[in-house]
Amino acid sequence: MVEETLITEETAHPISKFLREAMMPHIWCSGCGNGVILNCFVHAVDELQMDLNKLVVVSGIGCIGRTAGYINTNSFHTTHGRPIAFATGVKLANPNLEVVVISGDGDLFAIGGNHFIHAARRNLGIKVICANNFNYGMTGGQQGPTTPLEALTSTTPYGNIEHPFNLVHLAAASGATYVARWTTLHVRRLTQSIKKLLQKEGFCFIEAISPCPEIYGRYNKMRTGLEMMEWFKKASVVEHFSDPAKAEITPEKIVVGEFVDMKKPSYEKLLHEQIAQINKKAGE
Amino acid sequence: MNKKGTVLEGVHFMNGDVACAEGAIAAGCKFFAGYPITPATEIAEHLSQRMPEIGGIYIQMEDEIASMAAVIGASYTGLKAMIATSGPGFSLMQENIGLAVMTEAPCVIVDVMRGGPSTGQPTLPGQQDVMQAKWGSHGDYEIIALAPSSVQEMFDLTIEAFNLSETYRVPTILLADEVVGHMWEKVVIPTGEKIKIVNRKRPNVPPEKYLPFMPDDDLVPPMACFGEGFSFHATGLTHDEHGYPQTSSSEVQQSLVNRLCDKIRKNADKIIRVEEVALEDADVVVVAYGIVARAALSAVRKAREKGIMAGLLRLITLWPFPEKHVAKIAKQAKAMVVPEMNCGQLVREVERSAKETPVAFLSKLGEDPHTPMEILEAIRRSI
Amino acid sequence: MPVRLWRTPLDTKKVKLPKAEIHIIKDQCKGCNFCIQYCPTKVLEESEEINAMGVHPPRIIDESKCVVCSFCTAVCPDFAIYVVEKQCKEGC
Repeated sequence: MVEETLITEETAHPISKFLREAMMPHIWCSGCGNGVILNCFVHAVDELQMDLNKLVVVSGIGCIGRTAGYINTNSFHTTHGRPIAFATGVKLANPNLEVVVISGDGDLFAIGGNHFIHAARRNLGIKVICANNFNYGMTGGQQGPTTPLEALTSTTPYGNIEHPFNLVHLAAASGATYVARWTTLHVRRLTQSIKKLLQKEGFCFIEAISPCPEIYGRYNKMRTGLEMMEWFKKASVVEHFSDPAKAEITPEKIVVGEFVDMKKPSYEKLLHEQIAQINKKAGE
Repeated sequence: MNKKGTVLEGVHFMNGDVACAEGAIAAGCKFFAGYPITPATEIAEHLSQRMPEIGGIYIQMEDEIASMAAVIGASYTGLKAMIATSGPGFSLMQENIGLAVMTEAPCVIVDVMRGGPSTGQPTLPGQQDVMQAKWGSHGDYEIIALAPSSVQEMFDLTIEAFNLSETYRVPTILLADEVVGHMWEKVVIPTGEKIKIVNRKRPNVPPEKYLPFMPDDDLVPPMACFGEGFSFHATGLTHDEHGYPQTSSSEVQQSLVNRLCDKIRKNADKIIRVEEVALEDADVVVVAYGIVARAALSAVRKAREKGIMAGLLRLITLWPFPEKHVAKIAKQAKAMVVPEMNCGQLVREVERSAKETPVAFLSKLGEDPHTPMEILEAIRRSI
Repeated sequence: MPVRLWRTPLDTKKVKLPKAEIHIIKDQCKGCNFCIQYCPTKVLEESEEINAMGVHPPRIIDESKCVVCSFCTAVCPDFAIYVVEKQCKEGC
């Protein structure tokens, strides 16, 4: 049974119309960056005055995976790692829909890694926002593909000896037309990036570094959301269009900014052009 | 070949895989996602050429897991969608078949069975995925599975598979085998108007009142699609009628999972199809499906020539299993013979339904299906 | 560190700072303190009361200092605070 909502007419947040009131308040912890990413996304949709009927939000498994349930639009919550593959079917079936995948670092780059690189390679016009909190939060803080070297997690009790992915480098190398990285402290720039992402043709990717204070933070000496945000504040450096291969994330430096912004015809555009051509020929 | 219009009407000589592909097109399939795998590759290759001709979408995904997810995505966006694979790919798809069942996404999955387990014998037939079709994904659920025995049935049953999946909002599996998939036979394709097509039930309430998982009396909820103004949520988590996750409620789990099973179980009589040959006075009944049923038919005819009262129950629907048909026949007959190209799969269901009647199992693995003589021998031994 | 103004801008008298109306939806706050920490004019502080979530929601110290930068609105993970510009006539 869903609990009674705490939102009333008088206290309604101005963008609460974008949220499913029956599902609020959300399940995320105090200080979790997922709420900030949701906030930025919804603000971007509001500022662009998007037609919500044409928006489809797809998410995978994980804390950020609950996002699809919270946004008041067409939404789908897939199996672990498969939101991009599902989104492929949606986008090709109806290219007029704006399909956004909002999912986590483990869901998109461990189990879902293969789908990510192929969708980017095809330049499929879906938009991917990755909430990177450096671990598998929902299941209790296990190591993930973006866990920094030497970090402690529930499955690396002696320190992580695996190198993490550099997500922006991976996205750029796979062929994405728009690649950006921000933290949840850079709320305005993240919102602007999301607006750009929603209006651009082709495969677009934003990595949003997000605090997971209850689990990752606690294991790694940043016990509150505020301490993690202070790390973002201290270490972030904006380096637009710098080499994504060198865009590091360390305790001293987090390189943020837009790394790739180019024009390339999207897969669904090319596919539908081809179909129209062959269809016309077949009818002659 | 008539390339104008969608349906390839006329009399053709074609192979089973191509017939299946043309059946999909005749049924209104407009989305195919696949991955090459012997012996189903021809379905993908044929559709890669035909789909653009009919304004449909073909995409080769990076693996079968992605293909199944894309099929569910296309289904939720309003298109009839299909995927074709064989044993190894079918194993990969299981998790997402579970997602299709849970989110009640209509779709057709073609499994052209080959020798297994694992990589097995890619170019040789088998009937080793029968139990996997029913139980392959985790959790309790029901699907529909059909077994074609001829190239004509590859065409006809593909259309039926689409109709069933749209009617019951359930993934429907076409369990062919490599022989039926690769053999060439005559296929008669009628004109489009003569083909019966069923489309999914659409909502008849305005968007504000729409509940995506509220069933009608037939236990099937009407289905809206993305982009039509119904902003609904669907999830693989246990959910209520709104589609919202309810992961802590026992009542919701019971009512949802039971409904997903009852949807098929309670409608089984409308779904199940069998073919009965000479059963009225049969002492020995052969229960067979797929390519083996062709040999069984020949064996039954030969047995009758020799004075043995044999009959054939050819199963067209494998799941839900035709329990009532088998039970009724078992009461009249003295013995049953089940030839399968596996180590004993559907025979277990036959034994369960046949109860006291003795059931003999005839296994054959490898290149050739059972010969009529082998089945005839088994018929002789059983009386 | 924010750069402090070392001289009064020439258009100080012409530019009118907006008046703020800060809304705190107390029972939605989960006490992350992002709004309190990152408010540029330090308008908020942690209150003494405990809300339905079991934490201390923010409290407005001095609403007149708010310049409607809306950072709190943008950064709140729980949609528990938002600022709107107060619509009022001359001299309010």
